[in-house]
Amino acid sequence: MAILITPETKILIQGITGEFGARHTKLSLDYGTKVVAGVTPGKGGQFFEHGTHRVPIFNSVADAAKATGATVSAIFVPPPFAADAILECVDAGLDLAVAITEGIPIRDMVRVKRAMQGAKTRLVGPNCPGLVTPGSGPDSSGGCRIGIAPGYIHKRGHVGVVSRSGTLTYEAVYQLTVKNIGQTTCVGIGGDPVNGTSHLDVIKLFNADPETHGIILIGEIGGNAEVEAARWIKANCKKPVAGFIAGATAPAGRRMGHAGAIVGGAEDTAAAKIAVFKECGIEVAVTPSDMADALLRAAKAKGVTLS
Amino acid sequence: MNIHEYQAKALFEKFGVPVPKGAPAKSAAEFDAALASLPEGAVMVKSQIHAGGRGKGTFTDGFKGGVKFCPTKAEAKEKAGKMLGNTLVTLQTGPAGRKVQTVYFTQASDIKKEYYLAILLDRATSRPVIVASTEGGVEIEKVAHDTPEKIHKVFVDPAYGLADFQVRDLIFKLGFAGPEAKNAAKLIRNLFTCFWETDASMVEINPLITTPTGEVLALDGKVSFDDNALFRHPEIVALRDLNEEDPKEVEASKAELSYIALDGNIACLVNGAGLAMSTMDIIKHFGGTPANFLDVGGGASREQVVAAFKIILGDKNVKGILVNIFGGIMDCNVIAQGIVDAVKEVGLKLPLVVRLEGNNVVAGKATLAASGLKLVSGDTMADAAQKIVKLVAA
Repeated sequence: MAILITPETKILIQGITGEFGARHTKLSLDYGTKVVAGVTPGKGGQFFEHGTHRVPIFNSVADAAKATGATVSAIFVPPPFAADAILECVDAGLDLAVAITEGIPIRDMVRVKRAMQGAKTRLVGPNCPGLVTPGSGPDSSGGCRIGIAPGYIHKRGHVGVVSRSGTLTYEAVYQLTVKNIGQTTCVGIGGDPVNGTSHLDVIKLFNADPETHGIILIGEIGGNAEVEAARWIKANCKKPVAGFIAGATAPAGRRMGHAGAIVGGAEDTAAAKIAVFKECGIEVAVTPSDMADALLRAAKAKGVTLS
Repeated sequence: MNIHEYQAKALFEKFGVPVPKGAPAKSAAEFDAALASLPEGAVMVKSQIHAGGRGKGTFTDGFKGGVKFCPTKAEAKEKAGKMLGNTLVTLQTGPAGRKVQTVYFTQASDIKKEYYLAILLDRATSRPVIVASTEGGVEIEKVAHDTPEKIHKVFVDPAYGLADFQVRDLIFKLGFAGPEAKNAAKLIRNLFTCFWETDASMVEINPLITTPTGEVLALDGKVSFDDNALFRHPEIVALRDLNEEDPKEVEASKAELSYIALDGNIACLVNGAGLAMSTMDIIKHFGGTPANFLDVGGGASREQVVAAFKIILGDKNVKGILVNIFGGIMDCNVIAQGIVDAVKEVGLKLPLVVRLEGNNVVAGKATLAASGLKLVSGDTMADAAQKIVKLVAA
């Protein structure tokens, strides 16, 4: 069992007819993901065609979910309309909304997050690469790819990866795959200061998933989400965990690409977070090249097999 | 995006947050008219730059103090003449300082007591938080550290907005009474509206003051806005002062690159913010110093790579370049071609280490090898970082 999504999960794409959404829909279809519907208001009744695939387009998420049984949405709509797109998923009662969109105003996300309190729908993102549960076909095809991650670098297996950053996640996944260590699910939670699912939420899911034998936790400067996750791991998680924090050299007060990656106080520096990781028994990757090796060290210390 | 104090105060006034009477001047010719608009009496002269610590700063010609109290308008005019066009160095500007292109004259206020008031986003609760203290006019970080009980916080529920009881509670905690209490409550409510409706990421008043006559005034004003929301505030975009931004960063934003200049000598060109940050980290880990943060985005084009090289080479401190690309979706061969074109176009003479990984990497590496360029290939991030550090040190 992977977490959040499995190769059988039926997904819909909001913004399927946009350039960005269309490109990644095709890649997901090629990967073998069950993309069963698209949503573009005003284009309901049309079809998104790619090779032998013919994906029906609907005017609303509710219509799409009702007609196709989709339970998860990947959101590719432009920033001014993205908050509304997320709320539409909540209204339709989806299990999961994955907001890929980068550049959503913080005020919009503050309101969305409040509106989602108590709702059934879980949000991953925004400003995130999405999720991949690798499949068992060649180059991990046959899996569920939601978002923009390269599917082929994955391999089905037993390591969970959670990160705020896209390319840094790919770096970690690739290091694992070339060492022949597969992954259960890789989750990019996004680089914005206000987001849905946190590091800790994902860690709890990995901890409860019997198929996941080890975890890589990738964080950044800014905020205290990594610290919160680390303290929980110390108290509750028996699985080997490796961690990495990006931004040790970032100057205070400067935004490093991710709106969330900004050092505000003494507690959200890389050094402070790394110190908490160590204190909580997380094996720290010394450099980003060391992430897979760090997990191997952690697994060896606990006598756990990763593959 | 940040704005100047005089712009922040104009915004405050628009939202009903009282400020002392003031007028900006961008040239010496404007001094008389600006001063004439103020009532007779003492005047504050304030250098307008996007950095704190102005009062304790020193100009590069030795003139001390970027904020001056002047008993007369004549003296204010003289002091303003010394500030305008001069370069002010403060704890926050770095040694190069900032050129003062606007001075702001304000009526000097009688201060009864100073307070601190700010509104910003609290990440932990994903809500706006009002932060207030009776300890104004000093470094709030120090107050928070030494006497945390003197910092009061009000978390605002975005579904209901700021509730009256929350404002009352804060007013009592800060010890306001009588007409002051009424004025302070109104100011806090209006400041919150200003924060919320302009999509500000932070508004800060330090100090907020009371006067002997019961007025409550914002004596200083600092406002920054959420860049993601600027599309719905053209009136705020118009306040942007490009003089306050690094020209290379402005150039980069035009090419849709995310660039931040640092003071090292190894330039980096990376795709993705997290990977870019950690590329800087790994350079430092192996004994080098990064010259910049540069994220060409998850799907960089050939044109962006060329633009990125030009921006990097605009920094005269750069002694070597590390390109680190994890081509997930994007084709490594396209990026390799971009690198080859860029290097030829800019006539690169500096050492260049390229680490390519991902989609179509074999073809990408072949393109680099066939180009005849003098570049070094790195296999992993660690390998590439060690190579560039060694080349730059040589």
